[in-house]
Amino acid sequence: MTPFTYSRASDTASAVQFGAMAQAKYLGGGTNLVDLLRETIEQPSSLIDVTGLSSAITPTADGGLLIGAAAKNTALAEHRLVLSHYPMLTRSIVAGASAQIRNMATVGGNILQRTRCAYFYDTEGSRCNKRSLGQGCDAIDGFNRNHAILGASSSCVATHPSDMCVALAALDALVHLQGPTGARVIPLVDLHLLPDNDPGKETVLLPGELITAIELPSPLVGGRSTYRKVRDRASYAFALVSVAAILAVEDGKVTGVRLAFGGVAPKPWRAKKAENALLGAPATEATFRKAAEAELAHATPLSGNGFKVELAIRTVAALMTSLAGDQS
Amino acid sequence: MSAVSNAGHPGTAVGLAANQWGQGDNPDPLIRHKHGLVGTSVSRIDGPLKVQGKATFAAEFVKEGLTYAALAFSTIAKGRIETLDTSAAEAAPGVVLVMTYKNAPRMKPMPLFMTAEKAAGGDNLPIMQDDRVHWNGQPIALVLAETQEQADFASSLVHATFKAEPSVTNFKEAKRRGTKTGEFGGGPLKLEIGDAEAALTQVPVSIDAQYSTPRHSHNAIEPHAATVAWDGDALLVHDASQAVVHTAWSLSSVFGIDESQVHVTSPYVGGGFGSKTLWQHQVLGAAASKLAGRPVRITLSREGVYRMVGGRSQTEQRVALGADKDGRLKAIIHTGVVAMSHQNALPEPFILATRGAYAADAFKLHVEVAQMDMLANTFMRAPGEAVGTFGLECALDELADKLGIDPVEIRILNEPDKHPTEGKPFSSRNIVEAWRTGAQRFGWAKRNAKPGSVRQGEWLIGMGCATGTYPYYRMPGGAARITLRKDGHARVEIAAHEMGMGTATAHSQVTADRLGLPLDQVTFGYGDSKMPGAVLAGGSQQSASIGAAIVAAQHALFAQLLILAGNASPLAGLRPEEVGGFNGGLVALADLARSESYASIMGRAGRDEIVVQEDAPPPMELQNWSMHSYGAMFCEARVNAVTGETRISRFLGSFDCGRILNAKTAASQFRGGIIMGLGLALMEETQFDERNGRIMNPSLAEYHVPAHMDVPEIDVIWNDIPDPHTPMGAHGIGEIGITGTAAAVANAVFNATGKRVRDLPLTLDKLM
Amino acid sequence: MPITVNGNEAELPHDPRVSLLDLLREDLHLFGAKKGCNQGACGACTVLVDGQRVLSCLTLAVQCEGRHVMTVEGLAGDNGLHPLQKAFIEHDGFQCGFCTPGQICSALGMAAEFDRGVPSVITEDFDDDGVALTPEEIRERMSGNLCRCGAHNGIVAAIAEVHAIQGDRTDSREAAA
Repeated sequence: MTPFTYSRASDTASAVQFGAMAQAKYLGGGTNLVDLLRETIEQPSSLIDVTGLSSAITPTADGGLLIGAAAKNTALAEHRLVLSHYPMLTRSIVAGASAQIRNMATVGGNILQRTRCAYFYDTEGSRCNKRSLGQGCDAIDGFNRNHAILGASSSCVATHPSDMCVALAALDALVHLQGPTGARVIPLVDLHLLPDNDPGKETVLLPGELITAIELPSPLVGGRSTYRKVRDRASYAFALVSVAAILAVEDGKVTGVRLAFGGVAPKPWRAKKAENALLGAPATEATFRKAAEAELAHATPLSGNGFKVELAIRTVAALMTSLAGDQS
Repeated sequence: MSAVSNAGHPGTAVGLAANQWGQGDNPDPLIRHKHGLVGTSVSRIDGPLKVQGKATFAAEFVKEGLTYAALAFSTIAKGRIETLDTSAAEAAPGVVLVMTYKNAPRMKPMPLFMTAEKAAGGDNLPIMQDDRVHWNGQPIALVLAETQEQADFASSLVHATFKAEPSVTNFKEAKRRGTKTGEFGGGPLKLEIGDAEAALTQVPVSIDAQYSTPRHSHNAIEPHAATVAWDGDALLVHDASQAVVHTAWSLSSVFGIDESQVHVTSPYVGGGFGSKTLWQHQVLGAAASKLAGRPVRITLSREGVYRMVGGRSQTEQRVALGADKDGRLKAIIHTGVVAMSHQNALPEPFILATRGAYAADAFKLHVEVAQMDMLANTFMRAPGEAVGTFGLECALDELADKLGIDPVEIRILNEPDKHPTEGKPFSSRNIVEAWRTGAQRFGWAKRNAKPGSVRQGEWLIGMGCATGTYPYYRMPGGAARITLRKDGHARVEIAAHEMGMGTATAHSQVTADRLGLPLDQVTFGYGDSKMPGAVLAGGSQQSASIGAAIVAAQHALFAQLLILAGNASPLAGLRPEEVGGFNGGLVALADLARSESYASIMGRAGRDEIVVQEDAPPPMELQNWSMHSYGAMFCEARVNAVTGETRISRFLGSFDCGRILNAKTAASQFRGGIIMGLGLALMEETQFDERNGRIMNPSLAEYHVPAHMDVPEIDVIWNDIPDPHTPMGAHGIGEIGITGTAAAVANAVFNATGKRVRDLPLTLDKLM
Repeated sequence: MPITVNGNEAELPHDPRVSLLDLLREDLHLFGAKKGCNQGACGACTVLVDGQRVLSCLTLAVQCEGRHVMTVEGLAGDNGLHPLQKAFIEHDGFQCGFCTPGQICSALGMAAEFDRGVPSVITEDFDDDGVALTPEEIRERMSGNLCRCGAHNGIVAAIAEVHAIQGDRTDSREAAA
């Protein structure tokens, strides 16, 4: 680790004040950042510990939930209102990492974690445009089993590793931000950027901007939801493909659907094409599969991850079929 | 803790075992000893320390003035270091020393493992002696600092540029450049009996298929580490080692000092599996300590372990089996190519198990080597057998399927009555019994022979089986010292190792039974190069080696005790072979009324203690018999029809491994091997980037080993039939569990799905 | 404010880069928590911070100011080994012993999580208060602690046994009350 100073923020205003300084970095649970510091991928000169800021989980006036960004992943997963109203969110969180990491990681930090691409991590021995723009990407023709089939570019094929974010994307979560110039609220699905020509720029966050809270709108009426993660080890492994799905069915027709993928894209991937194909369509395995195929029609698989296309389609079809079955 | 004691139990005196092995039918009398400690479930004696975090591992020795090491690694596979800028690192806070080839002391290369009696080196390259780069990940600089944080940071400031030379990091290219026959154990890995290729064309039924296995890493949870200090020309190394004496001798050779000047200790080892021998880090740590004049702690980062400590190499195997229509094998062909570095000498010997597995008329076995510019590969749990049984036992399953014969029955049908390629008789081979009892216990009869016919929801369910086998070895070099105190306490000391096998516990039991002492009157000293013997914890041979050494020392001990007892003793006139250890003393085997306690004998002789030390006799048993451990492996696998995910729902290992010394720790050894075999089958692969020879998953997050969720309850049983030709009647059990396991999994997956996967690991993409 | 380790106060390091793990091991010479990967991938460094199981390798020591840390060394009391430590020995829940302190600390945190109703990824019904700590639940919840020797069965058996006994004790207390 490159030397840095450490300070603990007592309130959002002072956090943002310090966070706006050059080479400052916010520290949450540290489960990703400490690792990145150790690898000297991140070299901030100061760390601002924001774990003491709001971690409250409170109902909103319109039936949703406001989650302080410092809430630990476990605290969110086990919260009574999450268990009862957003069980898919709990399922996604407990599918991620290990219990120890979930006890440490904050919600804000989970959202801002960086890719686990091995070439990104290999600071000495591999080329990576995300670390150093213009170097090239060794993953594209290397080991890319864990890499993206959607939304990648010729400069970067890394995936966003979060499980929680996949559920948040499907839940239409909003992200509350506080920056040196003020506060704003944006949809989670607009927070992360696709790599295009500058994969080092991963979010729309402005310098010093801090995630202060996540807001969940009220749950989809009549919707059933779940999260399924497919991985190379039965537990404690990143997703090859994961699917968060919310489905409402009436008279055999899809009346509401929200679908998001993990493990296949540089950001939590909201499957809007599939959703559009499904609304009003019969709730059958064949239509679910077709909708998934529509979403993945423009997938660009790499040498080692072509199987993810079919895996994603099958997982969606099976998951949606079981959700539909629950409502028949 | 089971406080089992044989002290005072009448009729349980154990006479001396003949201090020679393999000379006719003269079994160890301990075999007949049914009511002692041996075989019981004694909890491991180091348990209380380990559960309290008080067992001291290599990186946990506290030293005054300790410095911490960190390493920088090469990023090319072959060439020269062109520039090496260490100025920023040297100027960083807390830095004591930056060592590179420019200032490292002159040292000889490590003696390469197996090239001399006590050679322990993983490679034979110059270590930081010149600007040459031999593999991608070679250490090029070592930073010493006052804290680990300072050392780690400073090592990131070392800047090197390289001049790459043409290298071979692609297996296909390596093969294209030509292969040579691999050598193992002093002979070529090539064997032909009859004309197997011709026989293959003449049989009614045959299988001819290609199997492949990737590179593997041991991944002991304890990273390699050493705490090193010099006192003048004397070197002390607290190491994580499965070869303390080998390491001491090899380090003395590297530094040009006398063997007696190097002291290596290794009281606890956090897993080894073949990896905890001498690699460059101990040498570098000692060199830096010498330069800096301060003690050094060198703990490899997890990445460092992958970069510097070799693993199992990749294999490509052809297995062809020909049989008559009854399923009797006529021809066995097992050939293929393995990758090997230039700086080591282990061609993954995947044909070892095939040499003695089944009867056949004709054999063609051949391991060829393709050399690559890479980190030295090395021994990893059951080198050869772990991956070789994958090919052989899958092919046999394919043959059984083709013939419509039950996979268990085809194995029993082809059981040889003597070693099929060496002609020697088996010392003890009861695998058929293990198959029968295993099949019954597992419920094998319920297996549906038609693949893909059992389904529960999304899950396809199947059963498979395979034979596991691993040789009995006993290497020369065993020796033991026994110190018997007047109060009836015996301390055994052997330069052996405890990496979790239960060695110290099992041999305390053995010693207690042999000397007629309660367990708490025996201590077992090990893990120190100053102790007698040169006993490798490898090849599943340590227990046999220790067992023979203790017997040798016991002969000397009994002889001395009888001399001391003299004419005043009830034992007067008896020869050592006429007495046994019993109830804290010696007793005449022919007349239990004639006895005297150790305390009495020594008290009368005015002795506080007796110290004896003897070498074990040479392993003659291996000259006369074919000796192996065996296992009948049964697996039930569930494969998800949607995603291709495989889960192991049941596993049974039914073992034929001679006498079991400790039921509890032995069960753990068997299970441990099987679980590593499940990893081998389902998920493990060291990802070697063939573009530049760099390992791309140097992390426990990216290299998957089985997690709790991957491991079902694993059933293990054993027939406990002693081998009359070995110490204690025992065979090695440390490696057998990983053999056959991957094939049992793959065969179960075939039975579940109808899909035959011939390249490991069986990841979901291969089963979708 | 200092940090409290196993009931004893300790100074925080001056260098904020020092992880909780390195503070424990190199400064306090509490070597129970192990450095298996130093990157949050193996669980060998698991300790309890204010009762929660965390990875000490990814925790900066300065983040633990004012917090209570318990390591495996703090487990055995005046009456000897903790029941879980005894159960690990009895069920042979380890071989080399290197991952063991992390497994034990993790198991303690895991049991507390389970008892307060934290679900796992394999918990089918979140509304069911009667979910049992089955071997399968233990496996999933302990998957963050790798073991390479293959002591998984013994670890799970030890945890199940101790949890069942303590559950019985709780039940009988409730019945008596």
